[in-house]
Amino acid sequence: MGDEPGPGHPDVIFCPGGPILLRGDHVVQDEDGNEHQTTRPVSAVCRCGGSAIKPWCDGTHKVMRKRPGR
Amino acid sequence: MLTPTARGPLSECVLESMRSGDTSRLAEAPAPGSAEDAQLTLWALYEQHYRGFEDVAGELEWDPQLIGVRRGLEQDFERELRARTPRLPEPGNFAEDFFAFVANHDGPSLAAHVQRTATEDQVREFLRHKSIYHLKESDHTTWVIPRLSDPVKAAVMELQYDEYGGGNPHRLHAHLFAQGLAASGLSAEYGAYIDEVPVEILEQNNVMSLFGLNRRLRAASLGFLAAFEATSSSPCRKIAGGLERLGFPAEMVEYYTEHVEADAVHEQLAVRTICGALLAEDPALHDDIYFGAWTSLDQDDRYAERMLGAWA
Repeated sequence: MGDEPGPGHPDVIFCPGGPILLRGDHVVQDEDGNEHQTTRPVSAVCRCGGSAIKPWCDGTHKVMRKRPGR
Repeated sequence: MLTPTARGPLSECVLESMRSGDTSRLAEAPAPGSAEDAQLTLWALYEQHYRGFEDVAGELEWDPQLIGVRRGLEQDFERELRARTPRLPEPGNFAEDFFAFVANHDGPSLAAHVQRTATEDQVREFLRHKSIYHLKESDHTTWVIPRLSDPVKAAVMELQYDEYGGGNPHRLHAHLFAQGLAASGLSAEYGAYIDEVPVEILEQNNVMSLFGLNRRLRAASLGFLAAFEATSSSPCRKIAGGLERLGFPAEMVEYYTEHVEADAVHEQLAVRTICGALLAEDPALHDDIYFGAWTSLDQDDRYAERMLGAWA
């Protein structure tokens, strides 16, 4: 999307307790070796392992955090 | 779209004035006969700033008499919304606190009902109600953009660009909903179902316009956005499951599955890069961000209670 990374405008953002945000066009390889092209201005990559639409985030990390003992 | 059917003395008077162009009599407009009458009138007055009505002249968008009626209704409405708002969180770690605030909110789940037990007729009614907003999805947030500093403006645009399909009309979220309606045998015409929506839907739409159209409420608008996005992915997954269970066409399912993925991104942007940045610039906006967020959650609850009650 013509995004130029720089100070104050990173192109990779680690969200605490949440996904990694990727700005711009990327190809993400999942754990099985399959490649996924980003399609949005910003994409969210699952970090909790619980997403049903991996490699993308579906918000599942919010439910996992609420379980006792986690 | 034509003007809706009146729901009381005030909407009768205002809608007739809009159609005729004779707004002078609005100086002595009657009081609203009910909350529904007030909300429908406000909805019609706001609609003048979206795509308007085929039976109302464009010149009336900024008619002083109509703006005057709108202003009175807005003041009453905002007062009521603020009176409903409970004690809100104190300033702290904004993103973490905000996600916790939303997660700890316990309301009835219409999405769970759609997923597991709703009948086809109930879901079709739900889609007709939701069409009032989804066919102009995100437009209320666009109004806020010129009222923001450069960094927050750019952050809102980053989200809105995705809402509007990244420049591709076929991916625009409102268009995806229209495709879903048409495939489901429902009207995809803008505003087609306004006469059958309950007051809760009118209110929900009016809240968005109230926050979007008043510069001083820009933080409430962005707080509303953040809570809306942060309560979307999981319910959309449930609704998609319910639509599949009932055999709805792929286009309708696709609208909701798109939102599972998109809103998992948007909630992070809305909370962190949008509201977080706004708050860092002006800490005094903290309470308005939460006022907007709570109102978003409350409006959702009100509609869910209404429909779960009606379908019980």
